Amino acid sequence: MASVRLASLTKTFGEVTAVDNIDLEIDDREFFVLLGPTGAGKTTTLRLVAGLEKPDQGEVYLGNVSVNDLSPALRDVAFVFQYYTLYPHYTVRQNLEFPLRSKLRRLSESEIDAKVSEVARVLRIESLLGRETVNLSGGEMQRVAIGRAMVRTPKVFLMDEPLSNLDAKLREEMRTELARLHLDLGFTFFYVTHDQIEAMTMGDRIAVLNEGRILQIGTPDETYNSPENVFVAKFVGSPTINLFEASIETSTLVVGKKTLVCPISGTQQSSLEKYTKRELILGIRPEDIEVSKEKKEADSFKCTVYFTQSMGVEDILNLRINDLVLRAVVPPKLLARVGDTVYASINMKRSHLFDSETNMRL
Amino acid sequence: MAEIALRNIVKRFGSLVAVNNLNLHIRDKEFVVLLGPSGCGKTTTLRCISGLETPDEGKILIDEEDVTNKRASKRDVAFVFQLYALYPHLTAYGNIAFPLVAQGLSKKRARQEVDRAAQILRIKHILNKKPRELSGGDMQRVALGRAIVRRPKVFLLDEPIGTLDAKFREEMRAELKKLHVDIGATTVYVTHDQVEAMSMGDRVVIMNLGVLQQVGTPHEVYNKPKNLFVANFIGSPGMNFISCKPLRGPGGKLTLRLPGVNTTIAIPDEIQRIIIDKKKEEKDLVLGVRPENVIFSRKEKSNHLQTRVYVVETMGSYNITDVRLGDETIKVRTVPSILPEVGETVYISFDPKRISIFDEETGDSVV
Repeated sequence: MASVRLASLTKTFGEVTAVDNIDLEIDDREFFVLLGPTGAGKTTTLRLVAGLEKPDQGEVYLGNVSVNDLSPALRDVAFVFQYYTLYPHYTVRQNLEFPLRSKLRRLSESEIDAKVSEVARVLRIESLLGRETVNLSGGEMQRVAIGRAMVRTPKVFLMDEPLSNLDAKLREEMRTELARLHLDLGFTFFYVTHDQIEAMTMGDRIAVLNEGRILQIGTPDETYNSPENVFVAKFVGSPTINLFEASIETSTLVVGKKTLVCPISGTQQSSLEKYTKRELILGIRPEDIEVSKEKKEADSFKCTVYFTQSMGVEDILNLRINDLVLRAVVPPKLLARVGDTVYASINMKRSHLFDSETNMRL
Repeated sequence: MAEIALRNIVKRFGSLVAVNNLNLHIRDKEFVVLLGPSGCGKTTTLRCISGLETPDEGKILIDEEDVTNKRASKRDVAFVFQLYALYPHLTAYGNIAFPLVAQGLSKKRARQEVDRAAQILRIKHILNKKPRELSGGDMQRVALGRAIVRRPKVFLLDEPIGTLDAKFREEMRAELKKLHVDIGATTVYVTHDQVEAMSMGDRVVIMNLGVLQQVGTPHEVYNKPKNLFVANFIGSPGMNFISCKPLRGPGGKLTLRLPGVNTTIAIPDEIQRIIIDKKKEEKDLVLGVRPENVIFSRKEKSNHLQTRVYVVETMGSYNITDVRLGDETIKVRTVPSILPEVGETVYISFDPKRISIFDEETGDSVV
């Protein structure tokens, strides 16, 4: 097992800087997720770690050893591909043996056998060894795919969107399986995804990447509850956080032409004073807005239901106040319909404030 | 105005019955989503409505006019395919204006119409760009723009956002729903993603193997699934299912025996009566409980089942804890502050007012 360290790593392709001066430390046995939209540089980062790309600048360390000059085969990292890259009409045993039969390895039959048995035992797939992979469930296939990487006893597992092409149900099942496997096996996982749910549910820590730069590294709790900048606030969390241009006027936060006037609590007031007259961005998560059909709180806002989206367990209300649209998550029993007048109150204690010039959290 | 009626639609491809006797009435201005796994017949149904396929049996009416044998181009419907069905050599503007120019509209009118669509879709700034210079999302918006400018009676959309990033899909779901509210055209939308169906549809039509399973509002299909297929397909994380069998307990009360867990749970009088009335007392049944209807406790409680934490998933605004009950994994939804340890012994019970029960053999809903 091993930690991973990326130091001032940069990779350009022609004019495009795919990875821009990244510093990152992944602990031994950590489940680390690199999260970002398409084109953020996630896959390039992973390929740099694997040695499939050469950095323009910077170093990749596995353990405490720089591996910049090592070929991929000598780096002891394993790519876990999407599960359907298993050979379908081979048995599980044949799939697991495959990487061991590489001519480079020169292993004896008994060595191969021992290795496969060991991996199958750890992954609890011993009873499946004789089955063809086409006859396996999704969860079983995931284990075999990981097993195929494991037989090589890598130091680090690299996973590039392994769940992205699965249907929703299977993806859900696989998330649980992967999180649990990581706990059971205790390997270092370096996992890439564009799906914030995967990052939140499986990662010990998440690095949010955009345009080749790391915008925040933190636990799921930190990235969700204390986003360091507007991009992270927006990218993590579903439904997406509400973001409004705001300014501080006489101890209140004002959005639009006084469309929303939100009180600032006493403790916040002193620290926010210096931002008076600055342009700010106010972020409010949809679950931090309470909606009722009657006016309950003095400082609630009257709004109209613009459109609604059901999530089954809850509904997303898109509310209109003048030209603002506010997303709120409500229990379905509220039964709000398009055109209804409702009252929204914002839990300002859980609001997020950013400087609109730098997009950084205040 | 555009209502659509499908009457006894059958469509075969060789020996495969792709759509099997489908009846459906889509109201004017309604947003209806056809939902199901691949091969369920949803796209074939859409293609029958558009005129790209002709059904083998049955009738299709648009505004009470029989269009079953009418050509696609005469039906006044706009079909938006999955991404990238754009002309590569034309700019975004040229792509959106294309159907208008084809209709012989003046340049000035065409410009007005394109501007209106671009305003709604917020793509004014990219109108001069060619498709290869556009992001996936912008290409999708341009494809939508081309559909909007025609002001068709009916929009038909076939998995238009399936290939986008998760975050962007979420944004497009809201945008498409908003577009529908703003334009108010009858929309038929095909997807295999229940989140899309639930979050956009006024009603959801669930299909499997060519057969209609249930039609209802998102709330109906979520809370009152007609069968196991629908119950399993709708909701994320999905409903928990546990095999069970009715058992007369002490005092003659009907209880549910959970053989896999080796325990028995009490059920409300009303549910006991329904099981007896529907003659399901001797049947193998399936208990269905949504993750938010599992009651969770870290302390031992009476009438709770003892379980062990398998995995905890944090979602930000809530957590999902997977617990092991016998050989079954049960997903429990809790507030984010409840964060049990993996391996911890915890206690669960099922909210008796919010359980579903299905007949294991037929899959049909009992309660």
